[in-house]
Amino acid sequence: MTQAGTAELATPVPTLKRRSPYPGWFFLPAAIIYGVLFLVPTVASLYFSLTRWTLFNSTFIGFDNFAQFLREPFLIKGLINTVLYAVITSSLKVILGLLLAVLLTSQVAARGYLRSVVFFPVLVSTVGVGITFTVLMHPTNGMINEGLALLGIKGPGWLTNPNLALFSVALVDVWKGVGLATVIYIAGIVAIPKDYYEAARIDGATKLQNFFYVTLPLCRPATVTVITLSFIGGLRTFDLIWAMTKGGPGFASDTVASVIYKQYQSGFYGLSTAGNVVLFVLIAVLVVPLTMLLNRKEGHQ
Amino acid sequence: MTKTSRRTALAGLSAGLLAMTALTGAAFAQSINLTYLIPSGADGVAVAEELVKSFEAANPDINIDIETRPGGSEGDNLVKTRLATGTMADVFRYNSGSLFQAINPQQFLVDLTNEPWQADVQASFKQVVTAPDGTVRGAPMGAAMGGGIYYNRDIYEELGLSVPTTWAEFMANNEKIKAAGKVAVIQTYGDTWTSQLFVLADYFNVSAKDPNFASRYTANEAKFATDAAALRGFEKLQESFEAGFFNEDFGAAKYDDGIRMISAGEGAHYPMLTFATTAIAATYPENIANVGFFAQPGDDAALNGLTVWMPDGLYIPQTTANMDAAKKFVAFVASVEGCDAQTRAGGASGPYLVNGCTLPADVPPAVTDMLPYFAEGGQNGPALEFLSPIKGPALEQITVEVGSGIRPAADGAALYDEDVRKQAQQLGLPGW
Repeated sequence: MTQAGTAELATPVPTLKRRSPYPGWFFLPAAIIYGVLFLVPTVASLYFSLTRWTLFNSTFIGFDNFAQFLREPFLIKGLINTVLYAVITSSLKVILGLLLAVLLTSQVAARGYLRSVVFFPVLVSTVGVGITFTVLMHPTNGMINEGLALLGIKGPGWLTNPNLALFSVALVDVWKGVGLATVIYIAGIVAIPKDYYEAARIDGATKLQNFFYVTLPLCRPATVTVITLSFIGGLRTFDLIWAMTKGGPGFASDTVASVIYKQYQSGFYGLSTAGNVVLFVLIAVLVVPLTMLLNRKEGHQ
Repeated sequence: MTKTSRRTALAGLSAGLLAMTALTGAAFAQSINLTYLIPSGADGVAVAEELVKSFEAANPDINIDIETRPGGSEGDNLVKTRLATGTMADVFRYNSGSLFQAINPQQFLVDLTNEPWQADVQASFKQVVTAPDGTVRGAPMGAAMGGGIYYNRDIYEELGLSVPTTWAEFMANNEKIKAAGKVAVIQTYGDTWTSQLFVLADYFNVSAKDPNFASRYTANEAKFATDAAALRGFEKLQESFEAGFFNEDFGAAKYDDGIRMISAGEGAHYPMLTFATTAIAATYPENIANVGFFAQPGDDAALNGLTVWMPDGLYIPQTTANMDAAKKFVAFVASVEGCDAQTRAGGASGPYLVNGCTLPADVPPAVTDMLPYFAEGGQNGPALEFLSPIKGPALEQITVEVGSGIRPAADGAALYDEDVRKQAQQLGLPGW
């Protein structure tokens, strides 16, 4: 048996040196699709970000677009809002997702049903969710404020108060996205071997100790995934904000993505392309170190 | 199946397909299909449907399909993209004036200068659909509009108010309306574009004080923040907000809410363009008699006049495959029958720009109120966007800020000047 095993293992080695039986042409379809849909637009956008572009013709203006974009009055606010939004949504998704996952892996009644209820918002179209919540959050006729009025509380203008609009949208984002975080955590928790809990029980650990000393450290990989996914998602966020506030009232809930989109909408195509290059760099600068940090810690475990 | 028989089958199939295409080709030759792109919105669609119906009745060989697109800057983008990619509908409706200049008419639109019906189109309209090379590229679609303030006649009667001719009188009326426990000024920032009216409709007052403002503004010499008359529009918005005249849900209400409120008497004033008359007539016909209209008052009663918007134009892209049929349809819209069809569908909302078109005798009061500004002794002038190619795209966000108390008027005007600079650079205007 062992001989046969080694023989089998040995045979593939020489084939590596031989020419592959598949010609290199087989890469062509993938290469064409990747080139046409990804490489060409990327290079073209780098070029167009250096031009004043009306869709009909373009004039080369060097780095003026970048200078103009960085001078945009709402860029700084948009940047702060973007990071704030990403931090709020990803941290709430981590906390709520973990708690829900702990609940939904324990012996609760109707567990399967509750799991699907939590996951359901993930499946709904973002724009649909945005429009629905815009109606619910209407300052006078919205169901939320009408409900609060029954309790004798005068609800705020969720989306019309400039200090509140961004947070309202972030909450809706959490409502919509927490299901995905929960599912990732459920997978992480289920994968923890039962032996640890048994050992903890023998040592007389309380439920709280179980959570803090067994569950939490052992589902770190899930945490890393949830943070990375929701942080990148938060930085790029656009559809929900656009559906709910269009960056308003005024410019109060603008993010980098909505600032870029508004330039595009106004016909400043070169300028908005420059903005996209800036956003690309920004995401890379924030997310690459974050991923490296999270993964390094994981390695130490 | 052998190879030969498979080939025969294929040959037979392709022959059949060829025969079918030939047949459908013949069918197409008998009936031409045109596409007609319009901005969405109930009133606009109703008018387009009536126009198409009347036109098809007179031209049974032409069939027109209506397509709708979003309005506002989203629609601008869509129109530009479809023109640039050569996929524009055979006929499309789009703004005249500064937005018309921004779609590069010379390159994309069919020259309509020598069409026979142009003889009946008024010069004031031709001027706003004329490309830089002096050719006319559009036909008028709709009636001339005024930008000003709708008022509820019931409330005015109940409180014994009279139509104001100065800003001070207007504010005094508002105080009385507020004291009576009613909403004095309706604002609907759920649709951000509606927030611009106080600034845009104030332009007659700006030009009354400085007739050269538009050309100085285009030449980078006059600024909203530094020109006292131009700044007034922003200040008027701020004053109205600070006095607490707005409806409680002004931040979330939409245009449709606005026309409901003004016609039902849930508010006394609604600054808007008079195209809303059509929408009110269509949605709240029982209340249309309660809605009146006046120009946005300036500081001097002697210089009281209306800021006028030219209607949209109809344009034919050069990429159309059905030029003759498209021209026929455009000619129909720019004819007296075309005006009548529009009046039938949406009611009259103002004077048409085609000679020979008349308004029916029973026009709503909002239209009657508008006519004196166009009559002998009345004063009116075009809005800034018809005198200058530059309109900053962020004005609606800035006016929302000023109207919500987030930013003071002077700041808002300065920010708008910045926005204008960006637009002027994009257009490649000299002096910026």
